[in-house]
Amino acid sequence: MRAFLLFLCLACAAFTGFVYTSEGPRTEAAPSPAALAGIQLWQDKNCQSCHQLYGLGGYMGPDLTNVARKGDQYMSSFLKSGTERMPNFQLSESEIERICAFLHWVDQSGSARVSADAVHWTGSYIIKP
Amino acid sequence: MRPLHRLLVGFSLALLTLTLLVGTISAFAFLFPEASNRSIPFYMLRPMHVSAALFWIITGAVSGILIYLPKVYPFAQPSPRVERSFVLLWLSTIGVIFTAYAFKKFGGREYWAFPPWLGIPLLVAWVCLLVVYFRAWRSRSDSPLYVWMWTTGVVAFLATFLEQNLYHIPWFRMSFLRELTVQWKSNGAMVGAWNQMIYGTALFLMVRISGDEKLAKSRSAFFFYFLGLTNLMFNWGHHIYNLPTNHWIRHIAYAITMTEWILLVNIIRGFRAKLASDRKYHYQLPYRFLAASEYWVLANLVLALFMSIPAINRYTHGTHITVAHAMGATIGINTMILLASFGYALKIDRLGSALRKNIAKYFVLVQVFLVIFWLALISAGVLKAWRETVLGMNSFDEIMRPVRVVLYLFAIAGVGLFFSMLPIIRAYWLALKQLGQGAKNVSHNTIQQPMEEQPN
Ligand code: HEC
Ligand code: HEM
Repeated sequence: MRAFLLFLCLACAAFTGFVYTSEGPRTEAAPSPAALAGIQLWQDKNCQSCHQLYGLGGYMGPDLTNVARKGDQYMSSFLKSGTERMPNFQLSESEIERICAFLHWVDQSGSARVSADAVHWTGSYIIKP
Repeated sequence: MRPLHRLLVGFSLALLTLTLLVGTISAFAFLFPEASNRSIPFYMLRPMHVSAALFWIITGAVSGILIYLPKVYPFAQPSPRVERSFVLLWLSTIGVIFTAYAFKKFGGREYWAFPPWLGIPLLVAWVCLLVVYFRAWRSRSDSPLYVWMWTTGVVAFLATFLEQNLYHIPWFRMSFLRELTVQWKSNGAMVGAWNQMIYGTALFLMVRISGDEKLAKSRSAFFFYFLGLTNLMFNWGHHIYNLPTNHWIRHIAYAITMTEWILLVNIIRGFRAKLASDRKYHYQLPYRFLAASEYWVLANLVLALFMSIPAINRYTHGTHITVAHAMGATIGINTMILLASFGYALKIDRLGSALRKNIAKYFVLVQVFLVIFWLALISAGVLKAWRETVLGMNSFDEIMRPVRVVLYLFAIAGVGLFFSMLPIIRAYWLALKQLGQGAKNVSHNTIQQPMEEQPN
């Protein structure tokens, strides 16, 4: 039993190493300093309590993985003054720019929705770049 | 029960009350954001609710371990100072975390939304807990299975806690997919860690209630322990099926998660025996909570197994079906086991008959409201999946309009759950108070003769 436990722990360590270093089907760009500042703002303002990225997060607002495709002006209009449902966070122009940079970086990493033709007969997905 | 343990139990019960109260308010804030944004916005309520829930579960699980440890290891060297350090540091940090939320200071990560520096005192506290635990653990070598499970839980919690904070190392943030993958690897495995602690306690209670030590020594029990551990280590990828990561992460998670069908088959096979033991121990209140948790395991396992097939997850991911899974498991399974554990430790079977009847009555109401609550969340999720993925609607507002109507039912069931849980919590409080006065006031008129062998 102890040997099996040891085996599992070693396998887990190897798998962890693989997960940390493996890459997906598409090569990702490193984040700009603005995008890194944007992710910090995203956390400080707790945007994920209402929004999802890749379907992970809260449920009150829409998933924002690919919202950057709608353009900076579109995003800024929400961020500047909020809406009836979304609060106004009194963000400055430069803060809004950083959040937009972050959302562009997220958008470039992939798509939140898996297309029907990615479903494999085994029930798993093969997501293409 | 030692005063330090009474403090832990009392604090845990306060956290449960807070979880229910804030959860109920959040549900209405979700439905009426215009009003709540002006007073307590949803982005403040949600982290409060979820943190209160997670701390209720973890603190409750640890309370059980600390209370039962001296019974499993009667000859162990106690470490009262280290134990006190754990309790004081853990409880006061949780207090600071809620104060930070009240001042809108967030760390903004899913489930652990507090400012990250507060992780440091939590970490120190956990190391103190490990010292207490392993000092006792050393004193005996033939450990029953529940000890293996507790050990796995406390160690895995530390590992996942550290992993959750790896994002402070800049390299992890150079890829958004890696950042998200590691975050959900640790979140997913952490759920496995507290489940090991809590299921360990459930097994301990079953052994105590039935007096059958073999339950914690059998080969099949160990088989399911290893099945659980394998899942803890390798199944977390089901949270992130839709991320364009390396395919193997998805395939491995899918394959490993599907091994849980064995557990489902085993539960169904053992159902007749379960019904017999339900009848046998029905008169013991803590047992009823344990029995209820087993039905909730069955229901949530079926839901989880289907959600974990990527082709189905494509529809359910990002809908309230995930919330049904999360709250179904944390309330139906974890909270029920913890109420069984506290009920056993607080000797609720020795309360006056009026209080015991009350607990039994509200126990039934809790189950009824929880079923409605759970089904409402699933329905809300199915509706969203249908509109978004099957009908291919794009406007979020249009997708959500009918979903919000179903969420009214969820919110009302939540109110019912809150008000039916309160009298149970109140009875536990009274039992806790009586234990405190115990020695001084044995002849208190609401305490009756013990019906069964109970812990002391
Ligand atoms: C209290 C919940 C809440 C919080 C917190 C919140 N939002 Fe929103 N957000 C919404 C809702 C709801 C909508 C949908 C618009 C509506 O219904 O008014 C929305 C819409 C948006 C949109 C437009 C999406 C689209 O596809 O139309 C963007 C961009 C956005 N939010 C960004 C953010 C960012 C960035 C933050 C953090 C600074 C944030 N939101 C915090 C609730 C919230
Ligand atoms: C012991 C009781 C409870 C526990 C342990 C608990 C646990 C949780 C957990 C773990 C989540 C995160 C779910 C996820 O992100 O998928 C959550 C979310 C939530 N819970 Fe609870 N909960 C409890 C009671 C309640 C009650 C009574 C209500 C009232 C209706 C409630 C309302 C909510 C709401 C509104 C959310 C947020 C969902 C969203 O993001 O839209 N909870 N809860």
